[in-house]
Amino acid sequence: MIYLQLFITFFKIGLFTFGGGYAMISLIQNEVVVNHKWIDPATFTDIIALSQMTPGPIGINSATYVGYTVSGSVWGSALATFAVCLPSFIIILLIALLYKQFKSNRWFEAALKGVKPVILGLIASAAILLVTPDNFIDWKSWAIFAGAFVFSFWGKQNPIKIILASGLLGYLLY
Amino acid sequence: MNIYLEIFTSFAKIGAFTIGGGYAMIPLIQKEVVERKGWLTKDEFIDYLAISQSAPGILAINISIFVGEKLKGIKGSVIASLGSALPSFVMILVIAIFFQNYKDNETVIKIFTGIRPAVVALIAVPFLTLSKSASLNRYTAIIPVIAIVLIAFMGVSPIWLILSGAILGLFYHFISAKR
Repeated sequence: MIYLQLFITFFKIGLFTFGGGYAMISLIQNEVVVNHKWIDPATFTDIIALSQMTPGPIGINSATYVGYTVSGSVWGSALATFAVCLPSFIIILLIALLYKQFKSNRWFEAALKGVKPVILGLIASAAILLVTPDNFIDWKSWAIFAGAFVFSFWGKQNPIKIILASGLLGYLLY
Repeated sequence: MNIYLEIFTSFAKIGAFTIGGGYAMIPLIQKEVVERKGWLTKDEFIDYLAISQSAPGILAINISIFVGEKLKGIKGSVIASLGSALPSFVMILVIAIFFQNYKDNETVIKIFTGIRPAVVALIAVPFLTLSKSASLNRYTAIIPVIAIVLIAFMGVSPIWLILSGAILGLFYHFISAKR
């Protein structure tokens, strides 16, 4: 039963992800943390950190991680990863078939134009939903948040460096 | 070398060495597929990239499926996407298994207590940079605000917002076409 749920959940995530990895975080969060409560917000945050530091897209990383944690087996992990890729398969193979027509489809472009501003809301929601008492335990958490923000937004620093530095700070401060 | 093996190793190489998600993978895919292997022309690659970005799903997987399909049909697309997903699958699986055992370790807890707020900042930043480049006007700026209220504060699934956005886009298209 858990396998079926994993499959459906990650299939849905794969099907409705538009606008890249950060938008996908919101979808995964809604399904995995809010609806199914398979993992708590703090663990979800850890998964994002781990996938930023390891190779590969966050969609694959979180499907693999959540699949394993929820089912406790490698099969659950493989199933969730397969499920998140399956919609892409169906859709891209269809597009490849209808390549010429698709290239200049005005309806599709119009629909995507409407989705674009929604994506912004998705990304902001993902960040807001991660502001939890588990993630922000005291003023030092907020200081790290502010520092990471400044170094990323104005300093244009690589996310991996920021995660490593904040990990070191965590080790020293707590 | 067998073409399937060649497709697999090309994409596995890309999957294994790009840290930081889909967009970081694009230049590597281009280099491998266009420059090194000559499987696609540069124009074809740009077309494929544009379509993969507008199709749902994971960008890197979408491009892999597309390129694999062009080279060797459905079999090629399976091999290519397997190649790009496998390295991160294996790595994350190993981490998940380890993390399960070490998550109560004091040092690990300290480190992740520091990392968690930084991750939130790393998601807030692309929101701001994308807002600047999204060229919203007075009317469209309300859409992300509504999405935030519904998703973050009322627990509505993002799927409904995406569908509504698509319908709104089509609706606007028809209205402006009639005028």
